[in-house]
Amino acid sequence: MNTSPPIGATTLDQLSLGATGRVLALGNQGAERRRLFDLGITPGTLIQSEVRSPLGDPVAYRVRNTLIALRREQSQMIMITLDLEETIV
Amino acid sequence: MSDELVTPQASSLPHAACNTCPAYTNAQLRKLGLDVSGWDYTVALAGNPNTGKSTVFNALTGLRQHTGNWAGKTVTRAEGGFRFQGKRYKLVDLPGTYSLLSTSADEEVARDFLLFGQPHVTVIVADATRLERNLNLVLQILAITDSVVVAVNLIDEARRHGIMIDERGLARDLGVPVVPIVARRGEGLPELLSTIAQVASGAIRPRPRHVPLRDAALERAVKQLVAQIEAVFPNLPQAYWVALRLLDGDASIAQAVREGTIGDLTRGQAVAPIALEAA
Repeated sequence: MNTSPPIGATTLDQLSLGATGRVLALGNQGAERRRLFDLGITPGTLIQSEVRSPLGDPVAYRVRNTLIALRREQSQMIMITLDLEETIV
Repeated sequence: MSDELVTPQASSLPHAACNTCPAYTNAQLRKLGLDVSGWDYTVALAGNPNTGKSTVFNALTGLRQHTGNWAGKTVTRAEGGFRFQGKRYKLVDLPGTYSLLSTSADEEVARDFLLFGQPHVTVIVADATRLERNLNLVLQILAITDSVVVAVNLIDEARRHGIMIDERGLARDLGVPVVPIVARRGEGLPELLSTIAQVASGAIRPRPRHVPLRDAALERAVKQLVAQIEAVFPNLPQAYWVALRLLDGDASIAQAVREGTIGDLTRGQAVAPIALEAA
C-alpha cells in the first residue's frame, strides 16, 4: 500500500505478542482479501497476537475465538488500531 | 415397509406432545447406510470445517464416514441414506467450507452442490463455541436457499466455556429453524430429524433473512445481469448468485460462463458418490 497509516494506527505485523488490536482496513487484494474476510478478519474485529513461530513468521492470531496463522506479507497489509483496554477471551 | 421401525404405542398416541418426544422420533429413525435408492428428499450437510458434520452424518445413516479433527478431512462428498416417518432421505455430507465465495478444491465441491445440486433441505452444522464466525457461511447459504435448518453443535462444550446459545432468538433473527445438538452423544438429533422432515414436507416454511445489497447502482447492475444470464442459461438455478460473482470479478465463474460450462454444473451434481464402508 502506498497510503500512510492514520495517526494511532499501525499494521498487524507490528502487534507485539499478547497485545490486542482492532482491524481498521485490509489492503490485501483479490482472493486473499476475500479469504481473510471469510475467516472473520473484517473491519472492527478484535485481533490478538498469540503464538509466534520460532523464526517469527508466520504468527498465529486469535480472531473471533479461532487461531489463524498469517504470514508477514499478509499481516503487513492489515491496518489496525491498538486496543489496550480490551482482550479477547 | 418391512424395514420401518415403529413402536407399538406409536399408532395410538394419547397426546400430541408425544409426536415430538425424543423417544418417539428416535424409534422412527431407520439407518439405511449406503442404500440411497428411491429417496424422497435430498438433504445436504454443510458447515465450516470441523463443526461435526460427519458425526451428524454417521449418526443418521449408520455409516462410518471418517471423522477427524483436521481441515480438509472430507475432500469429496459422501452420501448415505436414512428413513424417517415413512420417507426416505439421501444425506450428502459436504466438505467443510468457510464461504461460498472462496475457491479451494474441496470448498468448490461444497459450493457447487449447495448452489446447483438443489437439495430439498440444507442443514448447516455450526460450532456453538465459534458461532459468530460460523454465521458468515450461514448468511451466504440463506442467500441462495430458503430450505435451511441450522444445527448448533457442541453446545455442551460451549456451556463449559460459559457460552449460552439463545436458539430461539437466533431462529427469529435468521428466519430459519435452529436446533441445538450434541452430535457426539446424539443429543438433539430427534429434534433435528423432525425439523428436517417438516422443512422437507413444507410443514415448516423458513423465511430466511437476506442481507441487502445496500447500493442502488449495484442492485440495477445485478438485475440487468440476471436477465442476461437467464436468457443464455434458462435452466440455471442461482442466476442471481452467478451475477454477483461476475460483478465481484470471480475468474472461475467468469470462465464457466464464457465457455458455457456453467450449465453443466447442475448436471454434474448427479455423479456417483464415493464408496463407503457400511457399519
